[in-house]
Amino acid sequence: MSPQESAAAPEAPVAEDPIKVQNARVLALLHKLFGEATFTDVEGPYGLLTVTTTRERIHDIIAGLQQDQEIKFHFLTTMCGINYPENEGQELGMIYHLHSLTQNIRLRIKIFFPITDPVVPTLTDLYATANWMEREAYDFFGVIFTGHPNLIRILNVEDMDYHPMRREYPLEDGTREDKTDLFFGR
Amino acid sequence: MAVNDTLEGTHKIHEEAAAQRHGQLMPLLNDFSQELTTLNLGPTHPATHGIFQNILQMDGERIVSGVPTIGYIHRAFEKIAERRPFYQITPLTDRMNYCSSPINNMGWHMTVEKLLGVTVPKRAQYMRVIMMELARIADHLICNSILGVDTGAFTGFLYVFQEREKIYEIYEEVCGSRLTTNMGRVGGMERDFSPVALQKLRDWLKTFPAVMKEFESMFNRNRIFMDRVVNVGPISAEKALNYGFTGPNLRAAGVDYDVRAMNPYSSYEDFEFDIPVGTNGDTYDRFIVRNEEIWQSLRIIKQALENLPEGPYHADAPHYYLPAKQEVYKNMEALIYHFKIIMGEIDAPVGEVYHSVEGGNGELGFYLISDGGRTPYRLHFRRPCFIYYQAYPEMAVGTTLSDAIVILSSMNVIAGELDA
Repeated sequence: MSPQESAAAPEAPVAEDPIKVQNARVLALLHKLFGEATFTDVEGPYGLLTVTTTRERIHDIIAGLQQDQEIKFHFLTTMCGINYPENEGQELGMIYHLHSLTQNIRLRIKIFFPITDPVVPTLTDLYATANWMEREAYDFFGVIFTGHPNLIRILNVEDMDYHPMRREYPLEDGTREDKTDLFFGR
Repeated sequence: MAVNDTLEGTHKIHEEAAAQRHGQLMPLLNDFSQELTTLNLGPTHPATHGIFQNILQMDGERIVSGVPTIGYIHRAFEKIAERRPFYQITPLTDRMNYCSSPINNMGWHMTVEKLLGVTVPKRAQYMRVIMMELARIADHLICNSILGVDTGAFTGFLYVFQEREKIYEIYEEVCGSRLTTNMGRVGGMERDFSPVALQKLRDWLKTFPAVMKEFESMFNRNRIFMDRVVNVGPISAEKALNYGFTGPNLRAAGVDYDVRAMNPYSSYEDFEFDIPVGTNGDTYDRFIVRNEEIWQSLRIIKQALENLPEGPYHADAPHYYLPAKQEVYKNMEALIYHFKIIMGEIDAPVGEVYHSVEGGNGELGFYLISDGGRTPYRLHFRRPCFIYYQAYPEMAVGTTLSDAIVILSSMNVIAGELDA
């Protein structure tokens, strides 16, 4: 799935669907705080509002959402890296899940950047929990978080010289023929 | 605090160094009064209950700093999951929090069902609730009884482990295995509760409360136990949220966030239960919150068992739910579906879904990105242990070594979930 496809405009809120109303409200807040041009690819798969933005703005946006008094996104649920090798110039990505515990609203923010320049600002100054999550993303995808206090590998051994969750490293040896299935592939 | 200050040789070194110094301020070569001891807690240490290492800097008995090293049982589940059909990922989830495997299994099934748009019938949902709450009780029993062992009270551990054994016997009746359960399927349960399973469950519901009461009366107001755990390793609600705490550890700090209540799944909205919260977020609060959650889980199980609806135990979704084996042998259609599902040739929609359940340790999230292929394009597990264990150095610094063990124990860090 390409993140660049399906850039659908946000649908008008339908009164019957509370999730859509809620998402429209969050989206309106995002547009008000950071401008409409900041967000591309606004969609809501399975009811979870998903926006894509740029790495230049990500720190401001998450800091702004954390400080916002209307919908308090105080909780960073999780973040993870992702790799789309076919998207040239946008091969790597980071996906953040925020949660407002006061209003029970979740928000997913994505950023994409080139694999040759995988530099992203850290969130450790906003959320203490970002520390290990970012170390994990560095470990597995080689995303470099500027300003991180201790950006070293976390789950893999220190002397590993590649980032194993990138798609270029297949799980199995692709040259093996004994496991090939002519009908179903591998 | 002086180390080795009883040794004559140390005094001699001190005196020599002082003589060389001539009253000037310069660092001493062998100034034992300033030196910190490096203590290697782990990777294999009986008190860490799992394989992870902490390199502690000790000033006498006080911990000055701690550096955790994790990853000793990292098995690359996220990478492996990228090559496996959905039903083959269930055994991977078993091995994350292996103290409450059914919760992980069900959480994964529900994630896939959300992606596929499969609705599970009420009976299966109630059955899942029963199994998940049993798993939560088993998980909390382990955590609390081991906390007792770490404070020197071995008896309670033996009392409740008997009951955990009975829970595992119920698992065995329901799915055939005990620890890594691989329970249920995408679309429901793989079989209905057998009469034996129901009987075992009813018997256990009768006997367990008395044991739990005994366990609580042994610990809750026990002076020796309270002296060891009250005000040990407290964490404020703000800090706990900032560190991404969830589950009993967050609720002990006073935040009533429970996924079961906030985003009900699998018919949790049908049941009446309370969410216990603590005030200080210390080890004692974590212990009490877990104990109280066991009672609440019992309440849920009783309600679910009483109101267990009649009907099918799986969704009518032949494309995703494996047909019964007898059918596969006799029926062409069932054979085709069986074959397609086993070979992973099901039509999964393109999309991404985040689903979370209340695991034994907190919000257990599955973030699944599907590109329509037979395997997930990307699967990320939000593992509560991994996220809150990073607060451990902060909680342990300033305490003594024996308190650090108790804090670690009360956080219920499960190595399998920590490292995935």
